[in-house]
Amino acid sequence: MEERPLSDISYYRFIDEEKLMGSRCKKCGQLYAPPRHFCFECHRSEMEWHKMKGEGELAAFTCIFIGPSFMGEQGYNRKNPYCTGVVKLEEGPRVVARIEGVDAGNPDTIKVGTPLEVEFLRRGEGEETVTSLAFRPRSG
Amino acid sequence: MPEKRELGRGVAIVGAGMSKFGMFEDKDSKDLFAEAFKEMLSSVDKGIDPERIEAMWIGNFSNDFFVHQAHWGPIISDLLGLAPRAATRTEGACAASTLAFRDGVMAIASGLYDVVLVGGVEEMSKCTTEEVTEGLALATSPYEGAAAFTFPGVFGALATAYFDKYGATREDLMNITIKSHNNAPLNPKAQFNKTIADLMQAKIKKAEERGKPVPSWGSEKEALGDPRFNPPVAWPMFLYDCCPISDGASCMLLVAEDMAGEFTDKPIYMAGMGQGSGRALHASPSLTSFEANKHAAAEAYAMSGLEPKDIQFSEVHDCFSIAELIHIEDLGFFKPGEGYKAVAEGATKLDGPMPINTSGGLKCKGHPVGATGVAQMFEVWKQLREEAGERQIPGRDLRVGGAQNLGGTGGTCTFTILERR
Repeated sequence: MEERPLSDISYYRFIDEEKLMGSRCKKCGQLYAPPRHFCFECHRSEMEWHKMKGEGELAAFTCIFIGPSFMGEQGYNRKNPYCTGVVKLEEGPRVVARIEGVDAGNPDTIKVGTPLEVEFLRRGEGEETVTSLAFRPRSG
Repeated sequence: MPEKRELGRGVAIVGAGMSKFGMFEDKDSKDLFAEAFKEMLSSVDKGIDPERIEAMWIGNFSNDFFVHQAHWGPIISDLLGLAPRAATRTEGACAASTLAFRDGVMAIASGLYDVVLVGGVEEMSKCTTEEVTEGLALATSPYEGAAAFTFPGVFGALATAYFDKYGATREDLMNITIKSHNNAPLNPKAQFNKTIADLMQAKIKKAEERGKPVPSWGSEKEALGDPRFNPPVAWPMFLYDCCPISDGASCMLLVAEDMAGEFTDKPIYMAGMGQGSGRALHASPSLTSFEANKHAAAEAYAMSGLEPKDIQFSEVHDCFSIAELIHIEDLGFFKPGEGYKAVAEGATKLDGPMPINTSGGLKCKGHPVGATGVAQMFEVWKQLREEAGERQIPGRDLRVGGAQNLGGTGGTCTFTILERR
């Protein structure tokens, strides 16, 4: 049983460990990712961690040509856009995540409904390593 | 649908003003608010001694970030010579000044005050575009920032969901841009005063003068489809889908309904108002609607006893073209998935059956975020009093208009219904 506090900090630490974790309401069974303290359905606060399989489909996306400075530092710009989107997980909840393995410079080729699988993006080294949640088109 | 919500006593608008919107090197927030306040004073038909103003609410999103100055309530009361009256700043991202308006209404309705000033101000153009983008991103949810979404990116994603669900395309969004640019030249307060056709001609003329290849656009949509004219920002949001960076201020004088006659024979009444909150993008019940909008609209309709068909025209928060489409559906003016078709048929043009954003909208009038909510109501006030000049909605006996304001990426939505009796 996972005992970490249900928090955004824990959610992002799990991503560092390459796990996509949500929460499940012990009362009504509703699933959430990222985790929540309070259930939107029954308004109770008895939640437990729930590991998501990491499969889903593209629900919405954008290809960003003018991004925040931390993306600029990674080499993304008007000539090299990146894709980010909303992924509907197989278990039901949606998450926001970077979308890899698509042609962000040709957004017409990217389709809502595309089956996706999770990928954890790592950059930097040692203690500087940053891991981001991403998805890419499912292989096979 | 909420129960009918009645105010303790009614509230009337008896004066309204706004500064010109734009990017001003030589004007700061105080100068802009002073401009709006002077116009408000002169708009009160029977005059107002500012001494009678008992308290004020001032909307401001993030001058803290944009000009490194917070605490705008007392700065404004000091500016206006109205200290030591109570002065409160409200913050609801781009809906900040509608929250000021609501607080003013509630203060009068409760009986606490009889005469209050509400308004808003924002000063954004002293920052670079990158800084403004970062400042506005403070109003997205923390999850979206981590996934490298920008503000236009969130609306771009909503557009892809809308396109996928209803079959609309970028061309449908262009209709909204073209319409806003047609209205704006008729509004002397607007930041932009050129139609898309004017802008195309200007580009063509410039190319000819410089001996460069002359664009051969056959229509406004062809120009908007050309990335040299209209580059991508966050696909499918292009430059002309996005509102500009702006400075500006707006304000209104609210009084208890039974006192309105002391100030004017043409008061505009607050008929209904609502406010809703929304979840982060990923948790929204729908990616083609704002739940906060629907909640706000239901409250406003319940309070006013009116229905969507009773609203004759409306300002809506078109921070991005797709937002206008979602709003006109969420407010019930058009059925879900039908809004883009109605826009294509011209329903939302100035002379259409349901004029939307006669002011030019945020896209062209400008969007100094903290000033926008009350500036939208300023337009409704002008239209209802038949003082909108060249952009007066033609041939209609206007009685009821709406103003819908959105903060963040739908985290705060408001809908306010104003009425001439």
